[in-house]
Amino acid sequence: MATNGEEAAGGLKIEPMEQFTVKPLFGDGPIEWYTPTNVTLWMAIAVLALVGLLVLSTRRRAIVPSRGQSVAELFYGFIHKMVEDVAGHEGLKFFPYVMTLFMFIFLSNILGLIPFSFTNTTQIAVTATLALLVFFTVTIVGFIRKGPGFLAMFWVSSAPLALRPILAMIEIISYFVRPLSHSVRLSGNMMAGHAVIKVFAGFAGAMGVASVVPIAAIVAIHGLEVLVASVQAYVFTILTCVYLRDAVGDAHH
Amino acid sequence: MAIDATGEAEAAEGMPQLDFSTWPNQIFWLLVTLVVIYFVLSRIALPRIAAVLADRKSTITNDLAAAEELKLRAVEAEKAYNDALASARTEAAKIVAAAKAEIQKDLDAASAKADAEISAKAAESEKTIAAIRDGAAAAVAEVARDTAAELVAALGSTVDAKTVTAAVSARLKG
Repeated sequence: MATNGEEAAGGLKIEPMEQFTVKPLFGDGPIEWYTPTNVTLWMAIAVLALVGLLVLSTRRRAIVPSRGQSVAELFYGFIHKMVEDVAGHEGLKFFPYVMTLFMFIFLSNILGLIPFSFTNTTQIAVTATLALLVFFTVTIVGFIRKGPGFLAMFWVSSAPLALRPILAMIEIISYFVRPLSHSVRLSGNMMAGHAVIKVFAGFAGAMGVASVVPIAAIVAIHGLEVLVASVQAYVFTILTCVYLRDAVGDAHH
Repeated sequence: MAIDATGEAEAAEGMPQLDFSTWPNQIFWLLVTLVVIYFVLSRIALPRIAAVLADRKSTITNDLAAAEELKLRAVEAEKAYNDALASARTEAAKIVAAAKAEIQKDLDAASAKADAEISAKAAESEKTIAAIRDGAAAAVAEVARDTAAELVAALGSTVDAKTVTAAVSARLKG
């Protein structure tokens, strides 16, 4: 990253996408499936942040919570209520799962806003895996709990009979497009913000005194990105809850 | 699948995210991370926070119940206090009435006695006054008689005491 900054200062060579490159942590070797990379590093940092946020802060188990414990309880209450409200009471079995997704995405998004960090959630590999996990979980749980009745959600019984096959087609297509939209929404949002910040940073390196303007823009966009980071984690999680309701809730289409 | 540093740099020209050679690596580490987070959450963090929240809820419920009970007891104590106060008032009123009645009796007796004494004294005094008045009237008659006898004698005529007395008595009755 530092070398890139120097290059930008020299000949205005802005590489906004370079920050998304997966690199090995040690040496320059090929990236095997087990190679520790910057992905590994920032996921490990996310895990440490999670432990600090939800485990260390609650170790005193205080009735009157400390600030850290309040934050942990806030996260817990927020996601617990979301799962209960959206996925229904049955969905609470999946609360640890949903909480895992939310905390991972939220922490990755927020940690990615640290300058020179690597943002896991800009990687389509990561978001696609997350979305496919949700997709397969919903599909498998749906068939286990409802059997063939799970397919009834594609057959819109409230629509006129003639329209039902057409609607079924649309429902099935939208069902299979879900993982795509689910994953691309997250990685696209995260990537766009980071790329824009990088472009402005490149300008700032090349503009001398006038670089005050792009720096101010970076500050503003960074503030916006904090919002985007939280909102996208929220959106991914609430969509997961909505999909889970199809699997565990009552048929309501 | 594995690419060297130059291949990486080429991939960086477009979207490094679409460099599929890094996908197995990312997916592997993602799954490891998710499993770790899941176990940290489901084994440690979430049960602990749930326990704390439940604890707090029960503490608050218990405290509210205790407060309610204390309030009831306070109300009871106030009622008992009011009852005691009321009975003490009645008692006091009774005692006051009894004392008043006794005092009235004593007072009546004393004033009756005093009245009797006063009327006895008044009767005695009247008697004395009557005696003194009688004495005075007799003394006046005596003095008149003597004075008349002396006047008659001084005028140079003699007259007996009986006549003078009769005349003076007639005059005094006059």
